[in-house]
Amino acid sequence: MSVTATARITAVADGRGSTALPLLESDGPLALRRTRSPETGYARVTVVGAMSAPLGGDRLAVEVRAEDGARLTVDAAAATVALPGAGPDAGPASYTVRLSAGEGAELRWLPEQLVSARGSALDMTTRADLAPTARLVLREEQVLGRHGEPTGRLSTRLTVRRAGRPLLDQHLAYGPGAPGGWDRAAVLGGHRAVGQLLLVDPAFDHGLPAPRLLGTTAALTPLAGPAVLVTALAPDARLLRAVLDEALEGLLKDSRALRRR
Amino acid sequence: MHLDHTHDGPAAVSADAARPDGTRRALRIGLGGPVGSGKTATVAALCRLLRDRVSIAVVTNDIYTREDAAFLLRNAVLPPERIQAVETGACPHTAIRDDISANLEAVEDLEDAVGPLDLILVESGGDNLTATFSRGLVDAQIFVIDVAGGDDIPRKGGPGVSTADLLVVNKTDLAPYVGSDLDRMARDAAAQRGELPVVFTSLTGADGVAPVADWVRARLADWAV
Amino acid sequence: MTTRAALLVLADGRFPAGGHAHSGGAEPAVKAGHIRNAQDLADFCLGRLHTTGLTVAALAAAAAHGLDPLALDEAADARTPSPALRAVARKLGRQLMRAARATWPSPALTALAEARPRGAHQPVVLGLTARAAGLEPADAAHCVAYETVSGPATAVVRLLSLDPFEATAVLARLAPALDEVAEQAAEAARHGIDALPAASAPLLDITAEAHAAWPVRLFAS
Repeated sequence: MSVTATARITAVADGRGSTALPLLESDGPLALRRTRSPETGYARVTVVGAMSAPLGGDRLAVEVRAEDGARLTVDAAAATVALPGAGPDAGPASYTVRLSAGEGAELRWLPEQLVSARGSALDMTTRADLAPTARLVLREEQVLGRHGEPTGRLSTRLTVRRAGRPLLDQHLAYGPGAPGGWDRAAVLGGHRAVGQLLLVDPAFDHGLPAPRLLGTTAALTPLAGPAVLVTALAPDARLLRAVLDEALEGLLKDSRALRRR
Repeated sequence: MHLDHTHDGPAAVSADAARPDGTRRALRIGLGGPVGSGKTATVAALCRLLRDRVSIAVVTNDIYTREDAAFLLRNAVLPPERIQAVETGACPHTAIRDDISANLEAVEDLEDAVGPLDLILVESGGDNLTATFSRGLVDAQIFVIDVAGGDDIPRKGGPGVSTADLLVVNKTDLAPYVGSDLDRMARDAAAQRGELPVVFTSLTGADGVAPVADWVRARLADWAV
Repeated sequence: MTTRAALLVLADGRFPAGGHAHSGGAEPAVKAGHIRNAQDLADFCLGRLHTTGLTVAALAAAAAHGLDPLALDEAADARTPSPALRAVARKLGRQLMRAARATWPSPALTALAEARPRGAHQPVVLGLTARAAGLEPADAAHCVAYETVSGPATAVVRLLSLDPFEATAVLARLAPALDEVAEQAAEAARHGIDALPAASAPLLDITAEAHAAWPVRLFAS
């Protein structure tokens, strides 16, 4: 039996320099917990229950709103593993993430890896709508297959709009049934872990970092708007995370320095 | 803005003598010729001799990006903003003759960035004897060969030797060492080229490029009227 | 009534719009040892076709269909995270614009040239050019999809001295995939700008940045 579930989070500035969570709604396998934020002024929510979902045929969604001035981090307790559904007719699973951040809000969407297990099929869609002064930190990591197994079919679409205009639109598709050539020199070059790290910050209107390579299979690139994308390929999830973590630390430092000016 | 312009807005017609704002654009002279004949050295010498009186810029078309541009920069013949390298995908002759769009971008960018300019020298990467510049790109072209490449090159002809507006036979100082017969080269060139001029140069001399510079000055004088 | 001959003129590799100086990511792929023979070239081209190829073919089809070229230009920016590739797309767009206005002058091309004097994204310019030439959105998609594989194939002939017959055979074998991608792109363009595909190739984005920083290279991209 497939599952349909939508979890919802709304964060608001509480007027005292902190962030409140008037809406924190778990659903089905998507269990949300308010956790302690290491940074003052930020609320933090951890998705704890997505470990074994989604199975084929499941329809999962997470909706996160950071209202004007709110500061919210959403992370996860464990990786999400896409698994085959029960029976051959289960069909692909879908996982939809809708993010929005209002004026002066900061939203950090930092889930754990999405692992595409053998035989699974998942369509993942992430859409972020940002106010002109909103900040967004977003990380996505796709791991193709658990250790030593071939990957399932995975499609991920990431669409980010700022002030109603397109800022970033990417669609990645891998695995059996994906269009040909995905594993070869133009697309993945045989790598099994792919990651994106996006930092949108109006402070970048005052100066975007120059593009630079992070090793031979990762690059930091300024986008056409006030945003930076790190695209990384790695042999495995651990090496991928190391590249993205280091890049994130540097980018947050850059944007803090720009804001102080 | 002339609404009744006869051509279709900015830069639609490549060989137009006027810039989109109506002012006369710079004279464009192409320099082609085989590898090692001294094209880049000729460009450098021309820049040194003319730069005090004439506002010059250079576009290079290299096989490997920026090699000739780097030579000109190292020798400081012009400020760096006056030198632009065009990438040719390993085929300079395509970029100067068949698909001149990148070179047209480069000459227009130079006029926008450092103009007004009087003269733009467009240098082709070393190529073969058939490489010529499109008339859509340059107003006149110089073909540079040298005595060490063999004194039979003028006799063999080819579009560069026979049709270039000026044929330069370079490295005349080497003629005695390589057994090249300058008189024979002059006779053969005249047979191929009819009335078109030929000059002999040795850039090792103090004023070695003078015959080429004189020819360029005459073209500039024609262009100004 | 569409004119098939106009499509041949536009799709001809000798159409003077600057494409010959670009390898479509093949130069860094050859240097990295990812392309060593015709089979590698075929795999590379297939991957590029289904990612970048689909995305740019749909942008071209959308422009040919009459969607707002400035909105498409913005959509192209959002689909091109690599600044090196954005610069290349605009440079080639400007070069194509010059050739297009000399061959099929049209008010729409003039308007886009004036709105984006430094160049709009090449597929958007190509779509408008196709429209000016009396071609259909599917023709524009075919033309752009073909460019995404013919560029690397030509470049690899020069870079590896690959047998040109083999390289052309690779392109011929890609024909069914090219048709499929072009049809998919043209179909998407009928459903408006929000329905346009955004298929991307992470390795092409990364290696484009690396290639742009090489001090010595044969191809502009």
